[in-house]
Amino acid sequence: MARHHITTHINGDEVEFLCDTEQTLLDVLRDELHLTGTKEGCATGDCGACSVTVDGRLVCSCLMLGVELEGKQVSTIEGMADGERLHPLQSKFIEHAALQCGICTPGVLVAAKSLLERNPDPTEIEVRFWLAGNLCRCTGYDKIVRAVLDAAADMRGAAA
Amino acid sequence: MRYESPQSVDDAIGLLANGGAGARVMAGGTDLLVQLRSGMLEPELVVDIKQIEETRVITEESGGFRVGAAVAGAELNEHPRLPKIWPGVAEAFDLIGSVQIQGRATMGGNLCNASPAADSVPGMIAAGAIATVAGPKGRRELPVEDVCTGPGRTSLGSGEFIVSFFLPERPARSGDAYLRFIPRTEMDIAVVGAGVSLTLDESGVVAAARVALGAVAPTAMLVQDCSSALVGTSLDDVALQALSAAASAACNPINDKRGTIEYRTKVAGVIAQRTAKIAYSRAKGE
Repeated sequence: MARHHITTHINGDEVEFLCDTEQTLLDVLRDELHLTGTKEGCATGDCGACSVTVDGRLVCSCLMLGVELEGKQVSTIEGMADGERLHPLQSKFIEHAALQCGICTPGVLVAAKSLLERNPDPTEIEVRFWLAGNLCRCTGYDKIVRAVLDAAADMRGAAA
Repeated sequence: MRYESPQSVDDAIGLLANGGAGARVMAGGTDLLVQLRSGMLEPELVVDIKQIEETRVITEESGGFRVGAAVAGAELNEHPRLPKIWPGVAEAFDLIGSVQIQGRATMGGNLCNASPAADSVPGMIAAGAIATVAGPKGRRELPVEDVCTGPGRTSLGSGEFIVSFFLPERPARSGDAYLRFIPRTEMDIAVVGAGVSLTLDESGVVAAARVALGAVAPTAMLVQDCSSALVGTSLDDVALQALSAAASAACNPINDKRGTIEYRTKVAGVIAQRTAKIAYSRAKGE
């Protein structure tokens, strides 16, 4: 079976790749494009470690086929910082020590960014519900939630 | 495995009919990809229906709504009108999985995966939703409660797939609701789910009722005895007791890690009552 030739956009750049039908978006990102910031946790859509956005929608990249990417716009953790300048969420995660082992962190950051794009002023409850699909076994979530709320406040301040 | 993403309903039917038992329909893929990866399914052909315009849109029709089978949960809940008219249908769908899952999971997929615990199904059954099925012999209309025949099994024939759902016009003084019981607050599978849709007369008496239960039998089901317990009442304690008894009597559940047979049977009555109260207050415009 010939491999599929797909043209898509990742973090704003046009990207072409070849993939097998069975490969997920996560497989393509990590194994074909070597964008290994996106992590595999459960591979069943339960843990959120592989979160990316596709056409602006937050999804688990393990639950989408690579062949579905033709003509899409994908954003991954690699597109979050602006060169050496960290995104406010990334800075606040460091400041609040909102990570320990770090495996869930890229997915949490991508999910949190997607929340703040829709809702720049979320309540703590809204943050917790939005991030319910991102499992973290280290932090107990409190520092993550505080970092997101603090980043949101900073970003609102910067926008004002 | 081959992958096809046809642009038209007819092309999809042709691919599915030729593929026979080796072909699977993909909508959001949130169940299918897990089944592929685990080796539970090894199809020769996956037919992605998301390029078919008709499966991807919500339109107003005959006073109600037509919802494409491949509309994602997030898209349904972001619709400007549908969640206000059919809040039970919308809230049932919204309970499925995380934000990430909501971005992909679809009504057609949730139904055709045929899990007894699928959250959107009792909500659709209570609402009287009708599936439009396309196949080699043309199109047919199928009430949602007649689609699933058992865990993982549907009544759809070879080459058939669901294109869209029709949610009928909502009569005046009507309300619907869905509740499920899970042991935590998010991200779990229903131990019991109940969908209720009520229409009241001018004095607040229930004129019509549809009650559906999920996760307590091999398929989600419409429970006529529950509906009968509510019609002609103002949801007084006697009616609620009768509803609860009818719901428990309809249960034919399994024992599993989420709940025993006895537990599910008891909780079905409780959840049916709570759901009916919400539907009633919505019908009264409260």
